[in-house]
Amino acid sequence: MTDDNTPREDGPEHDELPQPVVRRHRFNNALIWLVPALAALIGVSLVVNSWLQAGPQITVSFQSAEGLDAGKTPVKYKNVVIGRAKKIRLSPDRSHVLVTVALERSAKGFATKGSRFWVVRPRIGLGGVSGIGTLFSGAYIGADVGDSSKPEDDFVGLETPPAVKHGAPGRSFELHTDDLGSLDIGSPVYYRHIQVGRVVSYKLDKDGEGVSLHIFVDGPNDKFVTPASRFWNASGVDLSLGANGLKLDTQSLATVIAGGVAFQDPKGPHDNTPAPEDTNYRLFNSREDAMAPPDGPPRYIRMRFEQSVRGLAVGAPVEFLGINLGKVVSVRLDYNEKTGRFPVLVGAVVYPQRLGKAYQQLEAQAKARGENPDLSQLMARLVAHGLRAQARTGNLLTGQLYVAMDFVPHASKVPFDPDAKPMSIPTVPGSFDKLQEQVAEIVTKLDKIPFDSIGKNLDLTLASLNGAIRQVNGKTLPQLSQTMHGVQMTMGRASEALSGDSPLQQNLGVTLQELQRAARSLRVFVDYLDAHPSALLRGRRADAKPSPPPLAVPVKPAGQPSQGSRP
Amino acid sequence: MSALPRASERGLVGCHVCGLACSDVPFRRDPEARVACPRCGSALHRRKPGSYGRTWALLIAAFIMYIPANVVPIMRTASLNDIDDNTILSGVVELWVKGSPDLAVIVFIASIVVPMLKFFTLGTLLVTSQRRSGWALPQRARLYRLIEFIGYWSMLDVFVVSLLTALVRFNVLSRVEPLPGVIFFGLTVVLTMLASMSFDPRLIWDGRDTDD
Repeated sequence: MTDDNTPREDGPEHDELPQPVVRRHRFNNALIWLVPALAALIGVSLVVNSWLQAGPQITVSFQSAEGLDAGKTPVKYKNVVIGRAKKIRLSPDRSHVLVTVALERSAKGFATKGSRFWVVRPRIGLGGVSGIGTLFSGAYIGADVGDSSKPEDDFVGLETPPAVKHGAPGRSFELHTDDLGSLDIGSPVYYRHIQVGRVVSYKLDKDGEGVSLHIFVDGPNDKFVTPASRFWNASGVDLSLGANGLKLDTQSLATVIAGGVAFQDPKGPHDNTPAPEDTNYRLFNSREDAMAPPDGPPRYIRMRFEQSVRGLAVGAPVEFLGINLGKVVSVRLDYNEKTGRFPVLVGAVVYPQRLGKAYQQLEAQAKARGENPDLSQLMARLVAHGLRAQARTGNLLTGQLYVAMDFVPHASKVPFDPDAKPMSIPTVPGSFDKLQEQVAEIVTKLDKIPFDSIGKNLDLTLASLNGAIRQVNGKTLPQLSQTMHGVQMTMGRASEALSGDSPLQQNLGVTLQELQRAARSLRVFVDYLDAHPSALLRGRRADAKPSPPPLAVPVKPAGQPSQGSRP
Repeated sequence: MSALPRASERGLVGCHVCGLACSDVPFRRDPEARVACPRCGSALHRRKPGSYGRTWALLIAAFIMYIPANVVPIMRTASLNDIDDNTILSGVVELWVKGSPDLAVIVFIASIVVPMLKFFTLGTLLVTSQRRSGWALPQRARLYRLIEFIGYWSMLDVFVVSLLTALVRFNVLSRVEPLPGVIFFGLTVVLTMLASMSFDPRLIWDGRDTDD
């Protein structure tokens, strides 16, 4: 092909040269072009493949691109990579970041309305730890698909992972409450102390008067939510001291810190069918509130206390014969010009339905009598029978007061206007107040006792007593000892005088013998006189011994010594 | 006419294997004839058969393969918290940024400069030879020898990837995996080597009219 420029005839040398062996025709050189064709095919197939693989591009905005890495951060759904963050840039106003995500073709369905994206990072919350795996693998973008098939390529990323994935079995319900308390998105929902769901979202009501919470109860436990279910805020610790002792009620330790919601059906017969999706419930503050029978419409009453109500706080119970009827909602001062005193106006909300059967009976009776069965009319009758409000001490330690409505014996009649708004309940001083008054009286009486002068007098008396004792010690006692000495001597003499060989004793013995003799003579004389009464007149007969002279002379000397010796 | 004679001008064709000089009669009858050496039986040809066509085809195929070799990542480095896919160029940049400029230069030369040099050189040789250009003949011959020599070195990147893949296997901590790009790159290198082999350097001189 190259050297045809010099065509020559066979030279003489050719004959000497060996002739090469001619073989069959060589293969077509053009086949070599199959190689670049194949290469081109591979190249094209790569391009086509990547074009086919390429899914839609979407833009997700986040507050921060923390942990995100352009070109690396994957987008995962159920831990399957469905795309990758391609580009991360700031929004024009620099308020957030825009992440361009290239989804895979198979994940085309994620570029639809309702899809949600969030960044999965390690999170340590009160309710637990999540996303630990991302500590090692790096953050990724989680995705959840919605129902819609309407294409969408701009998304606002969630800052926290959604509590419920789309299509999860279960139902969501709406709760209404006055305030959120310690609940948060993700707070658990308990049924009989088993976690069956969580709080999905919350928002303020439009009028700002309350909070609406969305909860999601996982299947199959969602069937336990019935139209009659009661929900309560199970946050914190419920410590109650009752007749049975100290009772501590909590759901789980996590709820003590992070809060939670619990629900249960009230006891007794009720509707057992599962509640439909998005049923509205009221979220009570405690289990007791939740389980209490419905309160019915509240009524506002007002009480005017003439004495201090220190210890009566807003929220204190109002009890009727020991049954909690409502609670104090306001405590305010009033001024009475006439008396110049400050009565306290206590407002309370009462729920007559809490009286239960009694209220129904009262109503029925009032109807039977043809009266207005309104609470004010009923109350008028009760007041006429002596119903009075009293601020009583509920707790002696803390001095907490509560309002007790009780029938007071011998209550003085008071005017009651059933049509007044608000209804005004007459009051009497509380038992403790009475006690206080009495104690005060006693104290004033005690006050009047002149403790000062008594003390002074007592002091003086004690001083003079002191002088007297000193005198006794210094003068009287030595004299006394002398006197005692004299007495001792006297006694010694006396004992001498009384001893057996003393002259007195001997004289006394002689005297007694003489007296004995005299007595004998007297007896003889009396015997003789008995036998011869005439002898008194005639004297003694001759045959008889001569009788002693008349009695007067011998008796006298005998009588004198006998008397003297007797002591 | 050239001053120095060519084998064809003398009606000769030499065996590349045993060196036997044969008559070129069969070639004169049919330039595309398939002829074997009467002594050792290996194929005889004045010039490598279809050299231009083969070289062009292989060179083009190599060039086509070179595109995905640069676009598709060649290596995945997975460490504890990071998965990194690198193409050749991004690998070079990374090496440079991470403080090994010397390595970056080596890889850059072996993986970018050498293949490009081969495309450019072979292309030039093919074009000039086909146009029977008499321009810078000794330099072009030297160029050809150069690319034949450095051709092997462009396999460096493939070796790096395969070595790393075999050595760095610490499961969770660190892992290197080859990616499809390295296959394309290897194909490029092989194809360029085949291309340079199928080019007959004697063609450089065929267009020459004078020896001076």
